[in-house]
Amino acid sequence: MIETAFTPFQSLGGGALIGLAAVLLMATVGRVMGATGILAGLFQPANIADWSWRAAVLAGMISGPMAVLLITGDMPAVQVPVSTLMLVVGGLIVGIGVTFGAGCTSGHGVCGMARLSPRSIIATLTFMITTAITVYVIRHVLGA
Amino acid sequence: MRLIILYLIGLVFGVGISISGMANPAKVLNFFDVAGTWDPSLAFVMGGAVIVTFFGYRYLLNRPAPFMSASFQLPTRRDLDLPLIGGSAAFGIGWGIAGFCPGGALPALGTGQLDVFIFTAALLAGIFVAKAMQSFGREKQVTV
Repeated sequence: MIETAFTPFQSLGGGALIGLAAVLLMATVGRVMGATGILAGLFQPANIADWSWRAAVLAGMISGPMAVLLITGDMPAVQVPVSTLMLVVGGLIVGIGVTFGAGCTSGHGVCGMARLSPRSIIATLTFMITTAITVYVIRHVLGA
Repeated sequence: MRLIILYLIGLVFGVGISISGMANPAKVLNFFDVAGTWDPSLAFVMGGAVIVTFFGYRYLLNRPAPFMSASFQLPTRRDLDLPLIGGSAAFGIGWGIAGFCPGGALPALGTGQLDVFIFTAALLAGIFVAKAMQSFGREKQVTV
């Protein structure tokens, strides 16, 4: 386990930027800023315009850490306190879950919650609870 | 021009994710580890993002159309069903195991760290598996 510092101001500011991006995407292409939907749609686009907006947004997302490095002089920390096996198993389960659940933290947790969508509120409550249970079991029951 | 604007919107999202801590599995998992190395920062991320999106959407969705598209494309379903709840529950389990969610992992690819690529490959595999399961289920329904 790695201890991390409480960063209320960076986290609030980062969250506000996430919200700003969601609002700007709705203002331009009229779409929800859901990472799952944007990524999955890249592999079965309706047409070239549908593919190109997704690819452009994704390219922007991936440039985020480099922009932070240029502005602040530090690459954002990505500390992985789990094994490679856990990354693979977790990634597979996340992929299956977000596809059937039709959204993740950004689609349901931010955009859907902001629209007060009943489906997104239930989805967000569900995954926040199962994540908390999973972390508790792994760290405090299994002691991994 | 259109794609440059969309790239910049993705960049705002990527910078927001990077400075908020959502791209850092150690910080994400600590948010859920109330019984251990708790770091409440992520509540500020979601709070900031939802508040900005809530007011932005309220303003935008009263307009007739977005700037670059004929209409707003919003999810319209309001029913709660098993795939939504089961999928979201599974997503939470995977998130608790790996510490990455899709919206955190995609910008984190930009750090170049191998762990993020491993998670994202597994995420894509999970999405493809679930899509195949979904289309198999639909074919079965049609033939019955």
